Amino acid sequence: MSEVVRAIEHEPTQESSAVTGPRVNFRWLDTLWAQVTGTLCNIACRHCFITCGPKAHDIPLMTVEQVEDALEQGRALGMRQVYYTGGEPFLHPEIRRLATSALALAPLTIVTNGLLLDDETVKWIAETFHQSRYSFDLRVSLDGMSHEQNDPVRGRGTFANIIAAIQRLSTAGLSPVVTVVEHEEGLAAVDARTRFLVFLRELGVRQPRVKFLPLLRIGREERRTHGYKNTRPLGTEELLPDVESTLLCATGRIATAQGIYTCPILIKYPSARLGGSLAEGAHDIRLEWDACQTCVLEGLRCNT
Amino acid sequence: MRAAFFGGIYNNYLALGAALQDARRRGAEAIYCLGDIGGFGPCPDRSIEILRSENIPVVQGNYDDSVGNGRPDCGCGYTDPRDNHYARISYAHTVEGTSAAHLPWLAGLPPRREVSWVAKRFIMVHGSPRQVNEFLWETTSPDDFLERLVLDARADVLLCTHTGIPWQRELPSGRRVVNVGALGRPANDGRTEVWYAFYDSERVQPFEFVPVAYDYRRLAREMQREKLPEEFVETILTGWWTTCLEILPAKERMRGRY
Repeated sequence: MSEVVRAIEHEPTQESSAVTGPRVNFRWLDTLWAQVTGTLCNIACRHCFITCGPKAHDIPLMTVEQVEDALEQGRALGMRQVYYTGGEPFLHPEIRRLATSALALAPLTIVTNGLLLDDETVKWIAETFHQSRYSFDLRVSLDGMSHEQNDPVRGRGTFANIIAAIQRLSTAGLSPVVTVVEHEEGLAAVDARTRFLVFLRELGVRQPRVKFLPLLRIGREERRTHGYKNTRPLGTEELLPDVESTLLCATGRIATAQGIYTCPILIKYPSARLGGSLAEGAHDIRLEWDACQTCVLEGLRCNT
Repeated sequence: MRAAFFGGIYNNYLALGAALQDARRRGAEAIYCLGDIGGFGPCPDRSIEILRSENIPVVQGNYDDSVGNGRPDCGCGYTDPRDNHYARISYAHTVEGTSAAHLPWLAGLPPRREVSWVAKRFIMVHGSPRQVNEFLWETTSPDDFLERLVLDARADVLLCTHTGIPWQRELPSGRRVVNVGALGRPANDGRTEVWYAFYDSERVQPFEFVPVAYDYRRLAREMQREKLPEEFVETILTGWWTTCLEILPAKERMRGRY
């Protein structure tokens, strides 16, 4: 039985079972993530590191009260920014209210697959963007410059629909950060970023922005690339200060319907649950999970 | 009390000279520089020489720390490969052009300065009180976050730079945060002038951002002569940023051309 499956079947626990891995000092709360739709998504990407999908209910939606409570706790801790993720955040029936609540306190980024961004939603996003005092940003996932490159991972027909959403946003004067997972060699090549920027400009995006992300070999992706079996776990040696201080877990935490976790990547690991409140989770941790190798060795930083 | 606060010189010694003249013409009794003397522009020694010869108190920026201590990079805090590409070019040029005689001075600059005027405590830092290269942008610095920063720093007025775009806000507590902008390059506003902050305690709105006109064409020629990237030169000539774009928050980015 895989660790992911075990995590689904067992209640999260506050206790950490392992004590190995380099220590990460929790500096302060910069980024509050909220897993607003849990694992519920309208697609089931093959590389999804938390195995989201239309029938994935193992991590439930957060209620409005849960999200607003987390925001208030974050505010009290002096958070700088909020990220909403899932699953697909626009599946949350109260996503607009949740966005408004966050933007009253801090900048907000919504991480989305773009498939629900119809004309009416884009109009609301554009209005909110212009009215909000703080930054309101979108991250739209697109895993290739063609349907042949994207659709095998994100699902048939998604390429065309994501492109249409990006163009709708562009027409409304917005430029989302397009996030690209390096799921094949062509996207990991040194010139991939430049080619992607050209591609987005050709779609009519005036100020294209892209963020490339290395693969996380857990969740559904484990089936494709066999996880971290052939890698060496992180030892207990201290990390370089420049690495340690910039890790997401040094300045961020994620709120879910099941409690506070170290980061968005580890919400299915009971040992990554840090407690029921942000204050309980505001302490140093050890990088005891395989996926931490990707952040430490490949430089993954989930923030834009 | 009248005082001027300059940030991010980025080797723009021509703008620095013009700003000093302007501040004195306005009656500045004190002038401070909030760091990052090097980077981006030509003739790295010249701005240092001006600041040292005029005895301007300087706060250490990440650039000053890196150059002075021989660090491998500028420590600007960029995360995007394109931003870092140009940061490397800029840093190498400044390191190469900075005389060894200035390095101990750069390394010894203090990370913060403080003064008290009109019963208010002014704290000066480069990025933020907690991190030299923290970017305090207007649209990504919420009130509660700033309240916490100024409280921890025991500041009535917090002055910073590092982002290159000036803004200020009076917080609900009555404390104030002022990002003084940069003299080194325009504020991505399509104007060739650069900006500094002028304080006059007699005014209802005590901080004013002052545009500084200078011989930007001459600076551009000198940058070309030193073979600095054409992208840098374009920014000086047009007022639009062509690099360091990916670090910009969405709203700030949208105001620019690129």
